[in-house]
Amino acid sequence: MSETIRSIVSAVRSGARSAVDVTREHLGRIEAREPEIHAFNLVLDDAALERAGEIDATVAAGGDAGPLAGVPIALKDNMCTRGVPTTCSSRILEGWRPPYDATVVERLAAAGAVIIGKTNLDEFAMGSSTENSAFGPTKNPLDPSRVPGGSSGGSAAAVAAGFAAASLGSDTGGSIRQPAALCGVVGVKPTYGAVSRLGLVAFASSLDQIGPFTNDVADAALLLETIAGHDPADSTSIPEPFPALMPSLDRGVVGLRVGRIADLPAGADPDVQNRVDAAFEALAKAGAEIVDVTIPAFTYGLTAYYLIAPAEASSNLARYDGVRFGLRVPAADTNAMYAATRSAGFGAEVRRRIMLGTYALSAGYYDAYYGKALKVRRLMSDDFAAAYSQVDVLLTPASPSVAFPFGTKTADPLAMYLCDTYTIPSNLTGHPAMSVPFGTGADGLPVGVQVLAPALGEPTMFAVAAELERAAGGAR
Amino acid sequence: MSAERWMYEGYEMVVGLEVHVELATATKLFSGSPNRFGDEPNTNIDPVTLGLPGALPVLNRHAVELAMRIGLALGCTVQSCTFARKNYFYPDMPKAYQISQYDRPLNADGVLELPDGSSVGIERAHLEEDTGKSSHLGGSGRIHGSEGSLIDFNRAGVPLVEIVSRPDITSPDQARLYASELRAILVAVGASDARMEEGSMRVDANVSIRLPGDPLGTRCEIKNVNSVRSLGRAIDYEARRQVAMIEAGESVRQETRHWDEGDGRTHTLRTKEDADDYRYFPEPDLVLVAPDAAWIDAVRAALPPLPSVRRRILADATGQEPDAESVMTVVERGQDGYVLAVAEVGGSAERALVHVKEAFAEAGNSPALPAASLAALTRMETEGRLTATQAKTVLAEMVEAGAGDPEAIAASHGFEAMDSSELESMVAAAIAADPEAWAKFCAGEGKAMGALVGHVMKASRGQADGKAVTAMLNARRDS
Amino acid sequence: MSDRITSEVVAKVARLARLDLYDAELASATEQLSDMLEHFADIDALDLDEVEPMTQPFELVNVMRDDVPGRTLDRDEVLAEAPDPVDGRFGVPPILGTEP
Ligand SMILES: [Mg+2]
Ligand SMILES: [Zn+2]
Repeated sequence: MSETIRSIVSAVRSGARSAVDVTREHLGRIEAREPEIHAFNLVLDDAALERAGEIDATVAAGGDAGPLAGVPIALKDNMCTRGVPTTCSSRILEGWRPPYDATVVERLAAAGAVIIGKTNLDEFAMGSSTENSAFGPTKNPLDPSRVPGGSSGGSAAAVAAGFAAASLGSDTGGSIRQPAALCGVVGVKPTYGAVSRLGLVAFASSLDQIGPFTNDVADAALLLETIAGHDPADSTSIPEPFPALMPSLDRGVVGLRVGRIADLPAGADPDVQNRVDAAFEALAKAGAEIVDVTIPAFTYGLTAYYLIAPAEASSNLARYDGVRFGLRVPAADTNAMYAATRSAGFGAEVRRRIMLGTYALSAGYYDAYYGKALKVRRLMSDDFAAAYSQVDVLLTPASPSVAFPFGTKTADPLAMYLCDTYTIPSNLTGHPAMSVPFGTGADGLPVGVQVLAPALGEPTMFAVAAELERAAGGAR
Repeated sequence: MSAERWMYEGYEMVVGLEVHVELATATKLFSGSPNRFGDEPNTNIDPVTLGLPGALPVLNRHAVELAMRIGLALGCTVQSCTFARKNYFYPDMPKAYQISQYDRPLNADGVLELPDGSSVGIERAHLEEDTGKSSHLGGSGRIHGSEGSLIDFNRAGVPLVEIVSRPDITSPDQARLYASELRAILVAVGASDARMEEGSMRVDANVSIRLPGDPLGTRCEIKNVNSVRSLGRAIDYEARRQVAMIEAGESVRQETRHWDEGDGRTHTLRTKEDADDYRYFPEPDLVLVAPDAAWIDAVRAALPPLPSVRRRILADATGQEPDAESVMTVVERGQDGYVLAVAEVGGSAERALVHVKEAFAEAGNSPALPAASLAALTRMETEGRLTATQAKTVLAEMVEAGAGDPEAIAASHGFEAMDSSELESMVAAAIAADPEAWAKFCAGEGKAMGALVGHVMKASRGQADGKAVTAMLNARRDS
Repeated sequence: MSDRITSEVVAKVARLARLDLYDAELASATEQLSDMLEHFADIDALDLDEVEPMTQPFELVNVMRDDVPGRTLDRDEVLAEAPDPVDGRFGVPPILGTEP
């Protein structure tokens, strides 16, 4: 059921299989299981088949159908697709059809990909379980009584369920890596600025990054190579060319120094910790040197993140005011209209974070909260820089636990926030990190090991991830 | 011309001005939509302009350069700067935040030298984006009592520079002088057309009053001042209002007030209590702007001569003071180059200045009449072959035609220089006719000369050259 | 910073954010915000006086575009998504309060 991008592309390009057939197979799986899983806010069946037909025509005419020819790919529903509803799983944007495409959407189209649907998420990407979607939660395909993680839960589930050969998510504090871990797929948060944010509906601009979900590490490398690269329309886009990743997949780990964070905040379940320990052993066995390092600021990441991200979000989400697009709740004057619209249109978690962020920025509190958080961010960055002077990559759990049952963390926002403990620091520093499935933990559910690397250290990160995949016997 | 110090009931005024000026770029500050006035509503729009989800700003290099020109012309330090978000909800502000500059503006610490010799400090001149425009339905088109508003976002995102003066201004005249001098600079450096009537230059005034030597009083911000003239009126009204309040034992509330051109008063718009908390924070979608020395030097080197320098040059060439009305006007119109060109080809700069000021009000900065033609005309005047009045007539014809030979035109009107013996006899006749005036004139009463000149003019039916008559009268008295 | 946040402050923040909070919500929002801020007090112990704030992951400089017109949007396509399009413009109810 889980087919790699590479096998699809080579079959489609050689004419051995038609892109239409590949799309139909995926649509068939969606038809069978989507009612139960709810990975999608929108399945683009007709458009996908039409696009697949075009790819087949290109192949038939002897043309180059692109490096992702005929690959069905799902997009998190916070990436703008021209004329196609983009909701962020929020009532406030329900039915909104953007007048433009995100850069990643343009790049996927140019590479011959087939967009198969828009996936569910925690509203505006705020959450770790996809339970905050205004359109109902997504179920974990491996155990539908459990969450798929979040906020990119729909994108992770779509790949795990075989609805799409790959998907894109966005990661602001772990929203790709944690659901990847919980659904047993590969998920990558690239270096900040590696993938254009143009057309990604902003949650926290200095932290957001788009990245891939795939069935294996090599697919992730291929997809990331396709979507990464400088975009002059994103001022924070890295101007240098993005490094090639495919060559490092077979590099192995001989001579690499893999860091173990001695003062990593506690909190990972024992079954998860066991798998991380096993990952260190596997890498050591494969020739890596395991080095203990300390990152004292790691433990303050959660606080810094939950002040910075809501602060930026409070500003980014102010544009949902009922004037130009989206929901409007009529009222007697503009101020009443704003408040009525925003209160009706945003869910509880979004409102909570807007309140927190507004508070952290407001007069008299800025220095104590937002200003301080920015300084902690600097400490974090300095501590990581010191660690990377000793090691090439770091290894941690991606999520403190395997997939958890619905409703277990919804009552206490802080309990949910703790899901992001190990993923947040990479967003604060802008460094790349990825989750690789590495065996199973409690109840036979997958465990993801997180590989962290310095800025633009993706080649080394992928080399290590590929080695872990081989050690887990998971390479396909 | 020098600004009188304003005093009222023993109080002095303290005024600082905030001027917003729209930059003359082709596109908006953060997107490629056209920056164009007067187009069909909502046609110059793109995702950034509308603040659509997922839109990202990219800074317009030319806007930075124009802002640097302004900073350098005002003697500011041009420095590394960042953008910040100013958060507030208003329907014409698409993202519900304005991208502006906060703690690190592009230009800081300058000074504007005024033609009267005074100077006003410039605190900063920073870049920011403009808002859209609302028009109000019902309620006679005003915001109050309207049934709703319609928003056009064509102006949203147009680059602005906000120039903030220090509170160095002490009179309405000085405020007016500041605004017109600033305007002249903005136009001269090509940063903006700076038209107050069209809103491409908008002036807000912070006004407070105090007894000399006291600390600064509570200030009120005056908005909606649409001309240099109203600026003076609004400030004068507002300062008097504040004095009256203090004198009545009340205290001035910090608030924003609206100048009503019709009734000549300021009205409360918004008090400080309900002012928003803007929650400024660094704009994460934009990066540091750090103009290097080479860029700054290149912009500085390309700056045209500023109005103050041009006034000095024109004044020197014409024998006037730099703040003489004719010099001010001609430089403001950008016609100083033309006057100097007339002198260059052998004309009289002094006469050319007078003619250009009076006859070329509508002519733009390079009048259609060849400089040589005006030069020839001024030569006929200085040679005493045409009176000022005759010259005006000839010039009017040349301006009309955009060319012409002044000799021929003068001849066609029968303007012939009066023979000096003829003029002498007319002068003698005038003295004979009004001995009383002559006696007074000889006794040093300058005014008496007017009567004598009047006699000569009457006798010559206006054809006599007033200067020549004056010279003859002086010569007769002194001999 | 460990002072508990008051419901007056929460109400003011809600006004700034243009969110309606009903009385019951105000109490629970105050409670939740307080709990979070208490949790976030862990950074109070850090000596941050000499630390430069970090606002972005990487310090890019002078990212600018040429002053060249680009694509504009079709007004009808945009207004089709607007809650109240009127005569090529965006309709809103009466505006109370003034522009800053
Ligand atoms: Mg201001
Ligand atoms: Zn301003």
